[in-house]
Amino acid sequence: MILVKLLDIIILLVAPFLMAGIIKKTKAFWGGRKGPSIFQPLHDFIKLLKKEMVISNTTSLVFKIAPIIMIVSVIFASLFIPLASGESIFTVSGGLIIFAYTLSLGKFFALISAMDTGSSFEGMGASREACFTSIVEPAFFITIGSIMALSGNLTFDSLQQIMSNAGHYGILIKIFAIVVLFLMILIEGSRVPVDDPATHLELTMIHEVMILDNSGSDLALFTWANGIKMMLISSLIAYIIIPAGLNDWVNIVAYLAIIALISVIIGTIESGMARIRMSHVFEFIFIMSSLALVVFALVTAKMFGG
Amino acid sequence: MLKIKNNTKINRNEIPSVSITELREEIILLNKRPIGFFGTKTPNNETELFVVLADDNAGDLYVSSTKFAKNEKSYECLTKDIPAFHIFEREFYEQFGIEPLNHPWLKPVRIEQDKYEFFDMKGEEVHQVAVGPIHAGVIEPGHFRFMCNGETVYHLEIMLGYQHRGIEELILNSPSNQLAESICGDSVIAYNTAYSQIMETLQDLTIPDKAQLIRKAALEMERMAIHIGDLGAIAGDIAYLMGASVFGATRTLVINTMLEFCGSRFGRGLICTGGVNYDFTEEKIEKALKTFEKVIKDVERMVNTMLKNSTVMSRLEKTGTISMERAKEAGLVGMAARSAGVDIDSRFDFPDKWITELNLAKKNFKATGDVNARFKLRYKEIQQSYTIIKKIFAKLKNCQNENLYIESHNNLAPDAFAISIVEGWRGEVVHIAMTDNLGNLSRYKIKDPSFNNWYGLALAVRNNGVSDFPLCNKSFNLSYAGNDL
Repeated sequence: MILVKLLDIIILLVAPFLMAGIIKKTKAFWGGRKGPSIFQPLHDFIKLLKKEMVISNTTSLVFKIAPIIMIVSVIFASLFIPLASGESIFTVSGGLIIFAYTLSLGKFFALISAMDTGSSFEGMGASREACFTSIVEPAFFITIGSIMALSGNLTFDSLQQIMSNAGHYGILIKIFAIVVLFLMILIEGSRVPVDDPATHLELTMIHEVMILDNSGSDLALFTWANGIKMMLISSLIAYIIIPAGLNDWVNIVAYLAIIALISVIIGTIESGMARIRMSHVFEFIFIMSSLALVVFALVTAKMFGG
Repeated sequence: MLKIKNNTKINRNEIPSVSITELREEIILLNKRPIGFFGTKTPNNETELFVVLADDNAGDLYVSSTKFAKNEKSYECLTKDIPAFHIFEREFYEQFGIEPLNHPWLKPVRIEQDKYEFFDMKGEEVHQVAVGPIHAGVIEPGHFRFMCNGETVYHLEIMLGYQHRGIEELILNSPSNQLAESICGDSVIAYNTAYSQIMETLQDLTIPDKAQLIRKAALEMERMAIHIGDLGAIAGDIAYLMGASVFGATRTLVINTMLEFCGSRFGRGLICTGGVNYDFTEEKIEKALKTFEKVIKDVERMVNTMLKNSTVMSRLEKTGTISMERAKEAGLVGMAARSAGVDIDSRFDFPDKWITELNLAKKNFKATGDVNARFKLRYKEIQQSYTIIKKIFAKLKNCQNENLYIESHNNLAPDAFAISIVEGWRGEVVHIAMTDNLGNLSRYKIKDPSFNNWYGLALAVRNNGVSDFPLCNKSFNLSYAGNDL
């Protein structure tokens, strides 16, 4: 069991970069290119850690501590989510709320650190991010909250149990919940069609523009934190799909396969469609909100309708 | 005003010299498109102003001039009557210090950007975004200031000139093909053709048919290559990566063909005064035709895939729209103008003998003035260029035995004036040259299509999302170097 727990830590370290690598490889495949190795994002991360930081002298303490708060908050949030082992490190009733708000804390610091630079680009990026987050958050709460309500104890560990025993509503709840969470990965992970992680055009960026002034290890931490965030939401999807009661190792393989599959799907979506217009992003996020309400309705029906 | 043709030499004394008031009236009465409005110093230090207007329907050019005495420091501006003059008058003011009175916006064109006060907008939701002149990417320097209301661009101010190298003076001192083709790196053929033509006109040279055809073919290859590259750039900007990769790869095939013809992917060194330096041999032509056939097929397939993709169309349609009235008023030229329905194309408007010999004609285009129109127009022009290239290559086979060039003797006619207009991929590249009584160049004026079109870009992004600016910008793809000279 300790071995499996150790694996969790390795996954937390490596998997976010492998996800990014797989996405890039998939995009290269669809574009008819060979593409970089799937380990390239990891190499980039190590390279960035070794690099010197250039910090603008118009910034204050906020700018310096933000990357650390960001990564700490994300790692802390990950303690409440079951990773490869299928069990989270902390099982607290209300883990959902801790999870969501620790992530928000990190994001809050990312936002004020972007504004701290005084750059008009970064202010613009921060306002976009804040705006989108405020719509994403309720949708996330409604979805996960509804599912948790089935168990009555608001922990993520019971996710697998509940989803396995949800009866004939279960399959519908599962499908809608997966779609909601998947859309959330695209939005939170700043992927196409919401954002374009590959662009160099500051005016069109959302997430990338916020970390424009960060360099060296600060930048590395932000990239890592963003990767972990995507992985955590993917983990939720994984445990909605994986049935309870599997052998440890089968569970791990299934978990890794689902994470990889999600990356491939993201890469495929990014290759096949253009980014949506900024003013239409809201409509895209509202799709997520309405699906979340469907999950809520289904859960309500299940709980009170039998 | 004196009526002349493209690529003809006239004596400077033939150009009428009238008073500024008379000239002003004539211009307003004629109401044609300005393509030249520039000054020069006379030997006794007076400023002489030359005006060249283009009548696109008749294929005529109108030239006239006026002199400002030393104490005359201003005149009544033309911009308020014909807005297309705005940039020309600003340039003239910057170069000669003669003020166009009541000009609505006498902003620097290339120098002294620091002294200019940008427009300002105030309000709760208003914010300014300043971009450049140093950009994060590898593009040229230019300063863009967006006055935004939330995410919407209310107004964009563009400040250029950071690339100003004094080309017009450089050419006077050391005229050469190498210099001409270095003015604007993405229009090497267009610039070098214009320069060579003007030098040949001033020397009364008639170059071999073969050389003329090779130049024409190279010009169309340049158009094809850049247009394909731009389709890729537009796809890249909307994060449609498949388009970016496919167009990027096919563009390489076209420029590599140019490499095989003349040793430079952008056609540097191909054209010289008097003809061309490299032969398009039958063997190379065959190979090129095969490559182009594949290129056209790939481009066709990718464009059709993109036009069928709803997410792509939602980004292209109704983005950065410029109406025909606005385009005409602002004096847009070239591809940007055609995409808005202003049907000017100097290849056909100021034709040479090949237009009839090769049986070429303008093609109809349903202009909507948005990014979508500029995307589709590029595609149409790629196809058109391919047709033209095929015709030229067929013709080239008949003149395999001709010389590539005739020796240029470098004796320019004294007191002469000549204009050369070449339709580069972006639009008309206008070169105007004048010589003094000894046959030395005394004034060389260059007008890049970007000179007219930058303001068109500023108009196009109004009321669009600020995040759509890069897309609008790519759809125009204007030159900094060509504008800044």
